[in-house]
Amino acid sequence: MAAIYKREMQAYFTTGLGYVFCAVFLAVTGFAFAMFTVQQATSGNDINLPLYYTIVIISLVVLLPILTMKSFAEEKKMKTEQLILCAPVSLPSMVLAKFFAALSVFGACLLLTCFYYTVIAQYGTPNFGILYGYIIGIFFMGSAFIAVGIFISALTENQLVAAVGTMAVLMIMIGVSFINSHIDNAVIRSILSWISVYDRFDKFCYGQFDFSALLYYISICFSFIFLTVRVYEKRRWA
Amino acid sequence: MIKVEGLVKHYGDKYAVNNISFTVGDREIVGFLGPNGAGKSTTMNILTGYLSATDGKVEIDGHDILEDTMAAKKSIGYLPEIPPLYPDMTVKEYLNFVYDLKECKLNRKKHLEEITNVTKIADVYNRVIKNLSRGYKQRVGIAQALVGNPKVIILDEPTIGLDPKQIVEVRNLIRTLGRDHTVILSTHILSEVQAVCDRLVIINKGKIVADKPTEEISQAVVTKCRLEAKICGPEKDVLYGIRSINGVTRCETVGSELDSVTYVIESEAGLDVRKPLFNLLAGKNWPLMGLTTMGMNLEDIFITLTIDPTKEKNNRRRITK
Repeated sequence: MAAIYKREMQAYFTTGLGYVFCAVFLAVTGFAFAMFTVQQATSGNDINLPLYYTIVIISLVVLLPILTMKSFAEEKKMKTEQLILCAPVSLPSMVLAKFFAALSVFGACLLLTCFYYTVIAQYGTPNFGILYGYIIGIFFMGSAFIAVGIFISALTENQLVAAVGTMAVLMIMIGVSFINSHIDNAVIRSILSWISVYDRFDKFCYGQFDFSALLYYISICFSFIFLTVRVYEKRRWA
Repeated sequence: MIKVEGLVKHYGDKYAVNNISFTVGDREIVGFLGPNGAGKSTTMNILTGYLSATDGKVEIDGHDILEDTMAAKKSIGYLPEIPPLYPDMTVKEYLNFVYDLKECKLNRKKHLEEITNVTKIADVYNRVIKNLSRGYKQRVGIAQALVGNPKVIILDEPTIGLDPKQIVEVRNLIRTLGRDHTVILSTHILSEVQAVCDRLVIINKGKIVADKPTEEISQAVVTKCRLEAKICGPEKDVLYGIRSINGVTRCETVGSELDSVTYVIESEAGLDVRKPLFNLLAGKNWPLMGLTTMGMNLEDIFITLTIDPTKEKNNRRRITK
């Protein structure tokens, strides 16, 4: 598992995909942070952290599929998966190694955004507990997105299809919370609210550390990692 | 070392492998021969655990590939038809990755050095794989199969796409590997396996048609003599004349040019019909424009190996009558 993880990490930075992800993610989040917090504070208004985090989540919907698209699709196209599948490595280890590699790149970028808070500290005394609560919430939401991306990457050998497919699924997972308020039927609303990843993030916006939301995100990770393993098991028996 | 029993693999209604069984002993080089689509790669993929069989059992060094997968996989080094290479890695990085992947316990530096020397890739060790020639890529593919010093080495079409010099080098390498490993080599080229293998398993349409030592198969190959002759003369008369030569079992027209017709002439084992053929043509004043001795192709070998000898005798009697 360690060998695959190391190889994945190396591939992210030799192909440049890791650099592109980090650069664009930090540029988008840095710009959003400057717009909705620093600029607001300097002009004497209240800073708008929930809006900043909404921008971060939307940027993840676009950027994380680019990070996960190559995970399995490229291996399949290059026929290199045969090397891994014929090696003494279990299928869950293979999937987890790829999941943790993508998670490490994303986690490192997210960690870098923590430096932004030192800027707001100059304009007042922010509650760092709440801020880091946000970061943890975003981290677990991102993990769920990565698990979805890896699963979709295992279904195709075309990286573009994997990326666009993942974006579409993530948009649905985020978008249902925006259309939910326009639906009258209580049953449909409760189902959509259960699917909605964004609704679970609400409590973090009010400064509450929501363990049930974390559990929800972790269960999405497990479900999609399990499904990815099943995709490979099914292919072996097909 | 390898034990395959009643192996079956079907995709929907189509049987890729249909109830095949064979064993391979320790340090034996076995050639797996068959035309494209015969089920060679499917069998190789099942042996290595890449695919699961619909039915049957595979044991590698006493470990069942399905029940004791990890132990079985540790005993196998596999070079698939398309070498599984990461183009963005250097050869050094790639072999180190394979070393970690296979969780080797051998001395890393010494072991990888030995492999690069055996496969002759030391001079490209620090080069990026995507910049290597086809021959070097194939050798890097073989090198990855050797990492961890596995007891069984499975090579699927290892000389495909190589130039004649590289083919000879790879054959020599396989012979060297056979001294310390059990090697299964799959190919659709007969001369390939004749050159290096102790035993041949011939597969066609998912079934084994022969499992014999290479010498026996080679004898079967030379039991028939076959000539291709380009002759100027009236086609019907030439055909009749050649068929009447003692020992000729078959004569067919296979093509024609402006003034000559090409015939394929088959004769009985060990019987050289070139002299009587010359005498016939000289006597009738039919100029001989060309004469080539032909080898047997795979299809002929399948027919030779699968044909029922008693039926063949009856057929011959009918021809003579």
